Amino acid sequence: MEDILAQAKKVAEQAEVFQVSSKVTTIHFEANRLKQIQDKESTRTALRLIKGGKVGFAQASGFIEPGMLVEMAVETCQFGMPAKFNFPNPEVYPKIDTFDLQIDAVAIDDMVELGEQLIVKIRQHTSDILCEASISRGVASVHIINSEGGEASYNKSLFSLSFEGVLIKGEDMLFVGDSHSSCHPVLDFRPIAEEVIKQLELAKRNVSISTKPMPVIFTPHGVASSLIAPLVSAFSGKLVFDGASPLKDKLGEQIFDKNFSLWDDSTLPYQVASYPCDDEGVPSQRTPLIDDGVVSHFFYDLQTAALANTQSTGNGGRHGGLPTPSPSSLVIGKGDISFRDMVRDIKEGLVVEFLMGAEQGNILNGDFSGNVLLGYKIENGEMTGRVKDTMVAGNVYQLLKQLEAVGSEARWVEGFLLTPCLYCSSLSVASKAG
Amino acid sequence: MQDKIANSLKGHNADYIEIRLEESKATRIIYRGNRLEEIGRISSMGGNVRALVKGGWGFVSFNSVNKLRDKVELAINQAWLVGKETSKFSQSEPLTDVVTVEIEKNPMAVPLASKKKLFDEYNDIILSTPKIQTSNIGYSDSQRKITFASSEGTYIEQAKVDISLRLAAIASEDGQVQQIGLSLGSQGDFSAIEGLQEQVKQMAQRAVGLLSAPQAKGGEYIVVLDPVLAGVFVHEAFGHLSEADHVYENKRLQDIMVLGRKFGDKHLNIVDGAAVPGLRGSYKYDDEGVPASKTYLIREGILESRLHSRETAAIMGEKPTGNARAINYLFPPIVRMTNTYIEPETLSFEDIISDIKEGIYAKDWYGGTTSLEMFTFSAAEAYMIRNGKIAELLRPVVLSGNVFVTLGNIDAIGNDLQMNQGGGCGKREQSPLPVSNGSPHIRIRSCLVGGS
Repeated sequence: MEDILAQAKKVAEQAEVFQVSSKVTTIHFEANRLKQIQDKESTRTALRLIKGGKVGFAQASGFIEPGMLVEMAVETCQFGMPAKFNFPNPEVYPKIDTFDLQIDAVAIDDMVELGEQLIVKIRQHTSDILCEASISRGVASVHIINSEGGEASYNKSLFSLSFEGVLIKGEDMLFVGDSHSSCHPVLDFRPIAEEVIKQLELAKRNVSISTKPMPVIFTPHGVASSLIAPLVSAFSGKLVFDGASPLKDKLGEQIFDKNFSLWDDSTLPYQVASYPCDDEGVPSQRTPLIDDGVVSHFFYDLQTAALANTQSTGNGGRHGGLPTPSPSSLVIGKGDISFRDMVRDIKEGLVVEFLMGAEQGNILNGDFSGNVLLGYKIENGEMTGRVKDTMVAGNVYQLLKQLEAVGSEARWVEGFLLTPCLYCSSLSVASKAG
Repeated sequence: MQDKIANSLKGHNADYIEIRLEESKATRIIYRGNRLEEIGRISSMGGNVRALVKGGWGFVSFNSVNKLRDKVELAINQAWLVGKETSKFSQSEPLTDVVTVEIEKNPMAVPLASKKKLFDEYNDIILSTPKIQTSNIGYSDSQRKITFASSEGTYIEQAKVDISLRLAAIASEDGQVQQIGLSLGSQGDFSAIEGLQEQVKQMAQRAVGLLSAPQAKGGEYIVVLDPVLAGVFVHEAFGHLSEADHVYENKRLQDIMVLGRKFGDKHLNIVDGAAVPGLRGSYKYDDEGVPASKTYLIREGILESRLHSRETAAIMGEKPTGNARAINYLFPPIVRMTNTYIEPETLSFEDIISDIKEGIYAKDWYGGTTSLEMFTFSAAEAYMIRNGKIAELLRPVVLSGNVFVTLGNIDAIGNDLQMNQGGGCGKREQSPLPVSNGSPHIRIRSCLVGGS
């Protein structure tokens, strides 16, 4: 890395080298039994230059001659965007726990046993279910150096346990699933087993539902699969700067329900999306995005922040190219109504557990529309069965403007979102059966 | 190198071993609004080893090809930890081949300055359209050389070039944001993405038109799909269900997907094949060294065959089809589609819509996904059909259905097959894989549409 930086400094005004190395072992269960063990080792090195005031970029997986990487980056400089920022050289970084030594103590046999226990437990409940499970254990190390004297590095341990089951009766298919991930080893299979068994119980019989607007409760998985993609896009500093976010001129305004708060937090200990610095060496922080319904901040990387005349929020993430504003962990504030009380409150309504295809609508405008892959009908305060052939459609700004209630318990879903249930009084539901 | 690979495959205790090595070079260019935001060059070198022992798999991926024999041994050791049964893997004749690419206009030979000039022009067309707020352009090209060798003695080198381009126009007014995209791709010919000025202009104008368009009312409709969207429909609704890795260890799904079952009427023919030449999903050998084929999934409405890897074919007692593909060396090959389409029939577009009293004409794609049984796919553009005529423009719609019912609801197939080369397919973590899909115009008697 030092070699690359030294050579780059000779030809450019500023330079930055980013390197991430990872080693991950994953075991896969397919059709209820162990099928594959994977061992992946990879190293990626990226060089960013500022030359003639413009940004150039090159990246290599595996070995590359330093001179070659510099040459590739220089070639792109002449067309690159004008650099509005300097590479950072912060005095201190926050101490964020992202590495647990215990990860190395987990043997492949332990992972196999964990998967077997999970599958056995779920098949004790429903013997005909066909199970897939993945258990993954890994470490990654990130190292960033730049020509301004900035240097940052950290290690992260990763463990994840995920389960998906399908139950087929005739031509009716039921999909259930859950996953947990952490920087600690996840050695307890029971929370996932309990969640999946709960889904199986609630979906035991299929019921029909009407085509009309009705009250809807989104579970944490439901929130993740329906509402998050439009919010992430609207709060990205880049879309705000481009004018493509409906919130572009709404900073400080009450746009959402006063009981709705959302923040981005890369400082939470042992969360897989946490880090002491982002992918361009900016210290991590907690950034409030919605404060009691008021739009309070957007998230930024260095370049976008400079263009928008503000500061990076430590959200520069790399997805195969230059850093771009990217959320870390998102947290939705808890409310004071239990899920059970929400259900009791509804005469006829729907619980959305998983919405399929919601990200395919016009998410820029906040629209979402999808097939209820897993959802339950509420009749007279009770969940009575699973609905099928049903779509819901709405707009997150209309929906979150006035919430009936926010749940009193929150949980992590998909490794990056901590959310309670959300209860809205009316959403459009269309069903084939109705 | 060939000798080094061959030597590292010798003398092991495994049922099957393969090595894949890959070198690639790529260029990425991204515009947002009037900013050329990112231009980058990416190079990659890596490989993997996959080993089969008693029905269990070990897989090792790496960046450094040093100590290849150690990596082979690691994969075999892992496979021994997994395997407890008997390996089933279809036979493939050992072969040696070197596949090169011949392209009219190779993107590697097009200077960055010329690429930029072309995209500047498209971007200017979008941004100069009144009420357009901003634009997105994402371009990438890649050139790869993949070396494949197996313990059966097969050795194949294949070169591949791929181009993809997505343009989007974003219109905004009174807090409303609407967008329309255009996705294109080719197996290396840069001229496939040149000369699009007129299409880009129309796209930007359509995005502005959406600002004043109403949303569809949710419910069931007679739906007519244009060739692009019908291609996405056939990919999502039926293509994924035809992938044998969903079926081969699932007895109940096998009962549903039994060959000979009737899925549609006798005019319905659905094909997948990498042997169909010149498309983005075309190749000579798949990533298990099996020659590409052309497979009738549905012939005259009847389920005829499905897509296989060597393992799924052997376990189900069917013929391999050459559909095992890996997006890159970080992943093992899995069963994937290639070029998937509905074959054309005889009806004109006018024939298809003339007797529809009220329906929806849905065009172009935004996305699609499937759970096997249920699928959703979204149109970028939609219109009401009233009394046999195209009527008012609607906001984009998401359509959804049940595959076992919906294929049987196709009651008219047009004569105007078109293949769509844009986008890519995602499965498990492997996305976007270059594929193409297509269809003539089709009519679905009843389809669920999400709306207000």
